[in-house]
Formats: sequence, structure tokens, C-alpha cells
Amino acid sequence: MIGGLFIYNHKGEVLISRVYRDDIGRNAVDAFRVNVIHARQQVRSPVTNIARTSFFHVKRSNIWLAAVTKQNVNAAMVFEFLYKMCDVMTAYFGKISEENIKNNFVLIYELLDEILDFGYPQNSETGALKTFITQTGIKSQHHSKEEQSQITSQVTGQIGWRREGIKYRRNELFLDVLESVNLLMSPQGQVLSAHVSGRVVMKSYLSGMPECKFGMNDKIVIDKQGKGGATEEAAGKSDLGGSGGGGGGGKQSIAIDDCTFHQCVRLSKFDAERSISFIPPDGECELMRYRTTKDIILPFRVIPLVREVGRTKLEVKVVIKSNFKPSLLAQKIEVRIPTPLNTSGVQVICMKGKAKYKASENAIVWKIKRMAGMKESQISAEIELLPTNDKKKWARPPISMNFEVPFAPSGLKVRYLKVFEPKLNYSDHDVIKWVRYIGRSGIYETRC
Amino acid sequence: MEWANQLCENRQFGSKMTDSKYFTTTKKGEIFELKAELNSDKKEKKKEAVKKVIASMTVGKDVSALFPDVVNCMQTDNLELKKLVYLYLMNYAKSQPDMAIMAVNTFVKDCEDPNPLIRALAVRTMGCIRVDKITEYLCEPLRKCLKDEDPYVRKTAAVCVAKLHDINAQLVEDQGFLDTLKDLISDSNPMVVANAVAALSEIAESHPNSNLLDLNPQSINKLLTALNECTEWGQIFILDCLANYTPRDDRESQSICERVTPRLSHANSAVVLSAVKVLMKFMEMLPKDLDYYGTLLKKLAPPLVTLLSAEPELQYVALRNINLIVQKRPEILKHEMKVFFVKYNDPIYVKLEKLDIMIRLASQANIAQVLAELKEYATEVDVDFVRKAVRAIGRCAIKVEQSAERCVSTLLDLIQTKVNYVVQEAIVVIKDIFRKYPNKYESVIATLCENLDSLDEPEARAAMIWIVGEYAERIDNADELLESFLEGFHDESTQVQLQLLTAIVKLFLKKPTETQELVQQVLSLATQDSDNPDLRDRGYIYWRLLSTDPVAAKEVVLAEKPLISEETDLIEPTLLEELICHIGTLASVYHKPPSAFVEGSRGVMHRRLPARTGSGESTESPDVGTAAGGSAPEAAPSIIPSQGDLLGDLLNLDIAPSTTTGPPPPTTGMQMGGMDLLGGGLDSLLGGDIGGSPAMGAGFGVAPAVMPASLNAPVGGGLGDLFDLGGGVGMPMGAYIPPKTVWLPAMKAKGLEISGTFARRAGVIQMELILTNKAMSVMTDFAIQFNRNSFGLAPAGPLQVLTPLGPNQTIEVSLPLSTVGPVMKMEPLNNLQVAVKNNIDVFYFSCQYPISMLFVEDGKMERQVFLATWKDIPNDNESQFQIKDCHLNSDAASNKLQGSNIFTIAKRTVEGQDMLYMSIKLSNGIWVLAELRVQAGNPNYTISLKCRAPEVSQCVFQCYEAVLKN
Repeated sequence: MIGGLFIYNHKGEVLISRVYRDDIGRNAVDAFRVNVIHARQQVRSPVTNIARTSFFHVKRSNIWLAAVTKQNVNAAMVFEFLYKMCDVMTAYFGKISEENIKNNFVLIYELLDEILDFGYPQNSETGALKTFITQTGIKSQHHSKEEQSQITSQVTGQIGWRREGIKYRRNELFLDVLESVNLLMSPQGQVLSAHVSGRVVMKSYLSGMPECKFGMNDKIVIDKQGKGGATEEAAGKSDLGGSGGGGGGGKQSIAIDDCTFHQCVRLSKFDAERSISFIPPDGECELMRYRTTKDIILPFRVIPLVREVGRTKLEVKVVIKSNFKPSLLAQKIEVRIPTPLNTSGVQVICMKGKAKYKASENAIVWKIKRMAGMKESQISAEIELLPTNDKKKWARPPISMNFEVPFAPSGLKVRYLKVFEPKLNYSDHDVIKWVRYIGRSGIYETRC
Repeated sequence: MEWANQLCENRQFGSKMTDSKYFTTTKKGEIFELKAELNSDKKEKKKEAVKKVIASMTVGKDVSALFPDVVNCMQTDNLELKKLVYLYLMNYAKSQPDMAIMAVNTFVKDCEDPNPLIRALAVRTMGCIRVDKITEYLCEPLRKCLKDEDPYVRKTAAVCVAKLHDINAQLVEDQGFLDTLKDLISDSNPMVVANAVAALSEIAESHPNSNLLDLNPQSINKLLTALNECTEWGQIFILDCLANYTPRDDRESQSICERVTPRLSHANSAVVLSAVKVLMKFMEMLPKDLDYYGTLLKKLAPPLVTLLSAEPELQYVALRNINLIVQKRPEILKHEMKVFFVKYNDPIYVKLEKLDIMIRLASQANIAQVLAELKEYATEVDVDFVRKAVRAIGRCAIKVEQSAERCVSTLLDLIQTKVNYVVQEAIVVIKDIFRKYPNKYESVIATLCENLDSLDEPEARAAMIWIVGEYAERIDNADELLESFLEGFHDESTQVQLQLLTAIVKLFLKKPTETQELVQQVLSLATQDSDNPDLRDRGYIYWRLLSTDPVAAKEVVLAEKPLISEETDLIEPTLLEELICHIGTLASVYHKPPSAFVEGSRGVMHRRLPARTGSGESTESPDVGTAAGGSAPEAAPSIIPSQGDLLGDLLNLDIAPSTTTGPPPPTTGMQMGGMDLLGGGLDSLLGGDIGGSPAMGAGFGVAPAVMPASLNAPVGGGLGDLFDLGGGVGMPMGAYIPPKTVWLPAMKAKGLEISGTFARRAGVIQMELILTNKAMSVMTDFAIQFNRNSFGLAPAGPLQVLTPLGPNQTIEVSLPLSTVGPVMKMEPLNNLQVAVKNNIDVFYFSCQYPISMLFVEDGKMERQVFLATWKDIPNDNESQFQIKDCHLNSDAASNKLQGSNIFTIAKRTVEGQDMLYMSIKLSNGIWVLAELRVQAGNPNYTISLKCRAPEVSQCVFQCYEAVLKN
């Protein structure tokens, strides 16, 4: 198991050091600093073995978090834990920075004592932790006996992520379908690989212990229902069905390659019936992640044209085409066209938006604020090159793109989210629900 | 996020925003000031002071002098302050054990507190204080807490048992905590169950033979129920524990798989990987024709692919594991090539791993795409990555025959870029392509020759020289080319020198008339002017071959080369099986068994995949018999057989086989006893009891270049003198070597008689064999293989029998052994089953090695450590033996034992009786402690052995007896 956990600043000074196991000594703190933080070479692996001691590290801005062990630990668990640790810290005091860590070091030690015991991760849900690790420090002693047992039963309970007795005057929930669409396209316009990785983020403000059921246009479910009669179809159309507004038109259902769920979702039920039921944590949670590769709506197409004119000049022309309903608007569009290292000057002409050559980034950056569907825009540039005797050819990195569109490129639609709370007197219809779809570019590249 | 920002803002105005100031106190007299503050009457001031102390502790200052003052602050009702004091205690209690006792009362009182959070805090902290006196007081509170009404306290107490076990295992057993812990597996609270499972698994690891976890269908059912209800971390503990269970039959196996598969949709990647581990393991037991088997295979692919959208560090862990899974069950991911395409922004460690998997998944169906990708990668910036991409193109050519032509032309394109390292890498792989497809692509040789001058890396130079030598007859100016290399012969690396030697000999055999001068030049350079033993040896061998029998020389040097295999860098099957059992863990990241990087007994336990039950289908891993009988390329699936015969060695050894990438080997400074070149090597040269040279090559810790004794040196060089010298001189204090015994009588082995013994020379374990041919026909093609055995002994190189063994001829061979082979417990412990193959048949025999061979050179324990360890090992593990009729005094005995790496640490004389305390370290990290009692005038010694693995005691005793009496 984890033998110790250290946090360093960018200089390699220790900010937090907590040792859980006897086999980890103080010299481990220095070993990591010398061999990893101060290493001359760029880090080649997130796991380093120094003198039979293994170090796992992650970096958040310029802060290093390192977990140390001498045993054959579950490596995936250690990284998951380090990420979780970052989440918990962020939830308590915001950005992970040297200043914040120093300001909260007592709190961090308290957290580390709670969420790692002898190197074994314990309940690390912020919702639960916040009930008894508070920053006031005094509160914890004044819990009544009932409150105390409520805390412990929540921390150890089956529904460790939610406490009882939550009350809201208005029961409300927000669903965000956030997708990132990834593309790698050949210069000739052939899709080399494309996938969407999406997340369903839920913000709920619901009273009591609500039992929720979430439905979407999952091909497997729709096909099953098609055979078994349209029992749930009516319910599906009730409130959320049509509001999505896809870009590509009326796709009935989508094939999901794989999905993973927040720990509140009953996995065995999903496995057996493919239904998604759960009691949500209060506030925000990432309900689900999914991945699709079939029938993706690619919101933009990039058509590059690069011509080498002699040894000292390049001509670049790039056309982008938007490929979704004309009524929808894409935002924050940015096209990044890499330029060779020996560029001496660039002249750009574009019809729309603003384009600039950024010498420090070796790229022409073309920004367009908004663009409607089914439109086309073009940029052309002349790049002057300094003559070099460097034999190595310019690697021509791909042209990358950023954007945001108001639909889900995978075609996913939320069909329903039903809420039941049998003990309290509100019904599914009393809950105000909001659904929003945002598609963003992930790594969206076209080779040139 | 908004509320988080808000919170931050609020805090900016709060009073606590100033915690960082504690990090900045560096002035003199700090300790003194802190002391005063700690003893202040004001609570707030006290707390501030403790915070300062903790901050100093964090940055590594020694604040242990404040111990009594800090402990005085412990009795407080301020929980935050209490936690800080506890943190301090955990850090310094060990250095101030007497003071630490002051804290006991508070702990015991806190364990009775009405607030469960305080009860748990007390028991959690107490377990972290590693002071014997405190642990005594811990037992009662712990017993209560294990049965506490509050689950939060119980789950904390469960982990505390593991902590206590780590401090004092005996105490835990005596107090019956293990049984209470086992009961917690049936607890109503899933988190208590999960922590109990984690604690028990850890304790069980240090007792490999105990049946602590006692997994049976009932307890498995409980675990599977808890699996659905506990936290993500708890699920990991339970799944990792489940993976150690072996179901009774395929039906049970299937039902467990069915209940584990839902975990594949968990958001936590570690849960997913642990579930994959259970499934991969239990799948072994399912009949392949079962529908469910196919379903399961299909279900595994999507979650594995999803892992690649996790954060980069996790992607890396996932990719290292996928690499194993693809080798074990290629069918799972064979259609998923695209997801392994490298993204421009991937961190380098992700890129390199993806590339590895791409090569493994390359097939005729996807080769076009793969090649296009690889060509892109070859133009990237990172040198390592580019090299690997170029190498990958070569691998594709070898793996998919249809693509070979395209690969070669791609490589030629890359050579045209003239980027130095690209060219060199391309030449290295083209050499392999030539080997795979002889006489097909030689037209490119001209292009290669153009780049001769730009090659500055040994591997590339060696590859180019190999090509020139191999195709000498088609290259008009081959002699000129090779001659140009010869000018700077002594500045070349060994690899290039050896290759150049071989290439020129090849050239000579092909064009004898024009190159006589050249060959003489190279032979004299190699034998007379070089001080590299490998080079000299090889030079002499060629020289003799050429001068005695040129026809035979031709047969040897220009012999047909064994085929090279398509797959490269494959992990050896038994290791692969073991690693599959460790999916998700560090072992799977390093691709090494835990014993290679974990100290002590924890790593010793080796895991195996379960065998398929039901019908009598054979298991997938062939036993030693079939493996030894199989053809050579199968046994050693690397591009150039590393296990080949000497012929292969002479021709190709110098060119390092294929790339092995991965994290830096975590084996720094282990099992390298033989690095002491001067002392050790000389020792074995002189002290060797054999007249011949077998010990020589191995004694230097390099690849064995053995010279058979039957080949009496026709050249009267210094070598012969060296041999003579070896016979006479004996070292007085060498390691004990048992006399040779006949292991395999000629009767049983169609005329082959094998006798032998084991020796440890300069930290290298040697198996010394005498092979005698008592049959009428010539024997050739010798090879040797071991069955798995208790200490992982395995041949470190091939069995070097150079020439055919004629009737009535005898040859002495020394085979260096490594201890990193697969492990299986044998009965008796030091039993070794061996298979020897020759051109006639495969023969099996078993022999027993003296365990003293495994005693490593750094086995001398510190006195303090010895004392602590002796106390620490439970008395049950102690065994006593009598050594009769031994007439050495204690010093002589101690000296003698030292020769076999049994180190005397201390000597005490009590009433005329000498007590010697000794330590021994085995090659697998197990320590054996001994107390030898010698009474003047009494020929009978008494010896007590203590070891965490008491099974070895008997063998160790036998060694004592053998060493002392010889």
C-alpha cells in the first residue's frame, strides 16, 4: 500500500510530507527531488523506481504530488487516489497552488489522516468529508450524539455520498451533456480516427433521498423497446425528449461503445437491464462518461493546402466548413496553423475573424467569434522562411482546431430523468429540470 | 466551482489565512521560543506553537527536542489541536520511546470517548506509534474497538490490526485478533468488510502458507455482496482479494465472472483494471466452446479502450497492462488498432507505449494504416520516439510478409532524409529484414553503403558490417569497406570489433584469394593487441578453425542461420502468466515479478493462472519437457535467438537483439554479486578446481565464451599457460563446492552421462557439468532447461558445447545460473529438475543443490538489525540442530563459513561456550539468522536457525554440516 505522500513546490521544497509506513524514510523525500524534480531530462514515466522504492507522481500547475511505496501496490489505484486527493483539495480551498497549500497545511494533514489509513484509501467523497472535517475546527466537538452517528453512518454507509435530511424549497435539477469530439484527418479528408468522449454532469437540488432514473437514446435500449412494445416511450417523450436539438438531423438512437458511471449508479442493474438508476449526491456530480465512435457529426471540416515555393517561401491556404444546422451557432472558433521554426515573416489574409502570426508559438492563430452552420470560410497566408542548412525536414505538425457548438456531436439525447421520493410529498412533475448540450473540440486535427 | 471561489474569498478575510507564515520562521533560538510558547497558558498560543512545530517537521527540521512539551498539549478538548499533536507523536515516538509512554493514558481514555470520531482517531493513531511499550497497551482498546457498535470505529480498528501485525506479528496472533478480523468479513457494513479484507490480505502476504483468508464459496459470496455496496476503494480491495481465489470448477468461475463484469462500467479506472484482472484469471478455467466465454471476451474490449481517455498517468498504467493482455489474449483488442494511434500532444511515455501495442496488433488487415501512421511518427521531434517508430516499421516487415516490400521502400525514403539517427536505426532494422527474407532485398545494399560514413553508433556500425560480411560476394568492394573499418579497430566498441572479426572471416571464406592479408591483420589485432577476453577467445577460435580445417570453418561460419521469429520482445510465458495475475499493480507496470522489486518475504509468493478444469484439456503452458523438445525458434522467440547455440553466438551475438523499452529497470544493485571483477574473477580463475577454462568467461561476469577442453589449443599463446596455472594453485578460503556426482547415468540417457556439481564463484552461481559420450555416435545440439524451482534458478545463458561430442569424448562445461526464473516450491526445497536435449533425445534428471550457493555476498547484517530481527521473528520459526563430530574451534568454523557467505556478526563466550551469531541472505532476499554454540572439547555443535520462512532451515543446516565437515 501507499507508504507515504509528499507534496512539493516547483523548486522541490517539501510542503506536505506524511509517512504511513515504516519502510519509507526521510531520504525518500530527497530521492524524489533529486531524481525526478531536479532531473536534467524531461520526465519519461509517471512511475519511477529509485533504490527499490517506487514513486508515483502527478503535477498540478507547478505543484508535484508524489505517492511512495516499497510494495507491489495497485498502481491504478494510487493514481486514482492522487487525482481524488487533488479534487478534494480543490473542493476545500480552490486552486492547487503553493500559497493555498501552505495556507491550508493543517487542513491537508487532517484530510490525509482521514482519507488514507495505513496507506489504504478510505471514503474520500467531499460531501461526506465536509460534514466532519471543517475548517473551523471547533464545530466537530459540538455535534450531538445523533449527529455524530449520522456522520459515521454516512462515511461508512452504502450511500456514502449523500446525507439524510436535505431540504429544498424548490426541487431543481440541471443536466449538462458535455462532449468533446476528437478527430484525426488525413490531408485528403479521410477520417483516420474520430471519437466522442462525453460526460453527463448533473447538478441536483432535491429534498430527501430521491431515487432517480436516467434515460437516453441508447441504441440497445431503444431496440429492445421496439421489440417489447412502446411501454416507456410515452414517459420518454414527456419533458426532455425533443429539447436537445441535434446538429445532424433526426438520428433516432446512438451506439455507445462504452460507458462508466459515478459510484452512485447501481452497476449490477445497468448490467442486467441497462437502466441507469441511482440516488444522486447533493450538488454537482459527474453521473456518467461515455464514448462513441459511430456516426459522429463532425462539426467542422478543415481543408489544408500547403505549397512550398522554392526554399524560402511557403503558401498556405486553409478552408473551414461548418457542418450542422444553419440555425445553430458555433462559438470560440480557433484554427491553429503551425509554421516552420525558421519563419521570418508571415502575411495573412482572411475573410472572417482575425488572424495573427504568433512567433513564440510557431503558429498562425485564426480566431472567429461565431459561425453559423453550413457556412465556409477561408484563410491564406504567405510564409517567408530564412534559408537554413538544417538537413532535417520540417515535421509539419497537424492543423488543430478549437470550437464550441450547442449540440452533442455524438447524437446523444436525454429522453428522461425521473425522480421518485416516496417519503416526501413531491412528485416527478414538481421537479424543475434543465438540459443543456455542449459539444467542444477535443483534439481536432487535420494533417497537412 | 462558484462556491469554491466564494469559499476562497471568505477565507481570505478569515483569521486562518496566515498559516503559511509557519513555514517562514528560521531564526536562531527557535526551539527555545517554541518551548516557551508550547507551555503558554493561552490555548490559542499553544495551538499556534504546535502548528509551527508541525511546519518545521514537514520541511525536515529536527524538532524532537520538544517532545515532552508537545505531548503536554495532548490533553485538550480541541480536536484540531489533538490531531496535530498526534501527527507529531507518530513522527517522533520511535525516537523517544520512553517519553511516548506519557501519551498512553490519553489514548486509552480517548478510546472510551462517547464520540465515535474520537474513539476511531485514538485507535488509528495508536496503531501508528511503533513503540513496543505502547503496543502492549493498545491490545485492550483495540479489542473493544473491533466490536464497537459504530461501523466507523470498526473499520478503523480493522486496519489497526494490520498495523499492529506489522509491528509485532506474534502479539496479534497471541491475542486472537486474526479471528476477530476474520469475523469482520461477515460484518453488516460494507466498508468494514472491505477494510477487513484489505488487512487480512496484507497479513496473509507475509504468511504465504497460512490459510488466513480461507476463501471458500460462502465467504466469496459475502465478498461479492459487499462489492456492490462499498466505496470505490473498497471495491478495489475486494476485487484484488478475489483475484487470489481459485474457483473449484468452471461453473463457479463463470458465476463469479458474471457478478464481477458490472464493475467494468465503474468510473474509477482501478476498479475496472482489478475487475479485468479477476476476469482474465478466471477465464482460464472456462471451456473455450462455451458461449459465455465469447461474450466475456467481447465485454472486455470496450472498458480497456475507455481507459485510454483517462488522465495520462492512468493511460500509461492501462497501456502497460494492455501490452500484457494483448500478448495473452490477442483476440480481445485485435479490431481496436485505431485507438492506439499516437496523438500529437500525448506525453512521451504514452506515445512509446502506444507504439509498442501498435506493433503487437499489426496484421495483414490493418498494415496499410499502421504503416502510414509509423511514417508520420518517424518525422516527429522526440529522438527515442522516432527511433522506435523506425524500428517498428522493420518489425512490420518481419511480421507481415505482404507488407515487407512497402516497409523496405519506406525505410529507404527515411534513409534519404539523411537525419543521422533515422538512418542508423533504419540500417539496424534492415539487417533484420535481410535475415528474415534472404536474397530478396539486396538491391538496396548500394544505398546503404552510401551512408557508411554517417554511422557513428556501435549498433548501426555493427549492423552495416554484418550486412557487408553476409553479402560479401555481391559487394565488389567489400574488402575495401571492411578494411576502412579496420583502421580504427581499437577505438571501436566490442560489439563492432566482434562483428568486424566475424565479417572479415566470412569474407575470407568467400573470397580467399584476395583477402588473406586482411584476415591475418584482423586475427592478429583481435588476439594479440586486444585485452578483451571475448574478442581474444573468438579470434583464437577462428584462427584455429581456419588453420586446422578450412572446410569445417566454412561449415561453422557460413552455416545456415536459424529463422527469426515474427513476434519480438514477447514476455516469457510463465512470467506473462504471473504478470496477468498482477494486473493493475506495479508489477504489471514494470513487467517484472514483484520479487524483483519488493524486499523481504512479501514478494516471494508467485502467482499462477488457474488450470482449466473439466475435460482433460492440456493447460496452455507447456511443461519443461515439451519446451525443451521444441524447436529452437519456438523456445526463444526473439528476433535473433538469444538462447541460440554457439554458432548463433559467433555470428550474431554482437548485435543486440531487439529493442526492449519500458521503464528503467528497477533492479538497481540487486543480484549483482558478481560485479567485483578483480577480486572475484581472479579468485575463480585461480581457485578453480578444473584444469580447463570453463570458469574463466563466467568468472568475469560476461556472457560465457567457453572453450571446450577437448579442443587442445594449437596456438601456443598465453592462453594455454593460463590454463596450466589454474590446476595447481588453490585458494584456502573458497566457497564450499560439493564433489561431482553422477546425475544422469549413461544407461538412462542413450549413452550420455552427466555428472556435476554446483559452485558459487564471485557471486555467480555455476552449474558445473561433465558430459561424457559413452555411445557409438556423435552427439550434437546440446541444450538445457530447468523446471521451475523453489528459488527461481534458471540458466543465464545457453549450454555452451561447441563441437560435436564424439564417442568416448568428455567435455566439461560450466553453466552460469540466474535466480530470476519462475518459482515453484519443490520437495525437497533444493530439488532441481533438469532437462537436457541433444540430437538424440531429451533426457530428464533431478539433482539437489547445496543451498549455500544462494547465499549472497552482502549477507552481513548490522548488529542492531540482527538483534531486532531475531526478536521480531516468532519463536515458532526457530529450529535447532546438532552437528556431530566437528573438530574445529569457533574461529576456524567462522572463517570457513565466511567462505560460503555465512557471516559471523558477533561472538560471545559464556562459561566456556562460544556463541556465534551469524546471518545469511538468500538470493531471493530471505534472511536466515543463526546462533552456533561451540563448547571447547565437545565435538558436537548446537545450531539454532531463525527465519521468516522456516522451510529453508533444514537445507541451511545441511549446508552448515557440509561446509564445516569439508
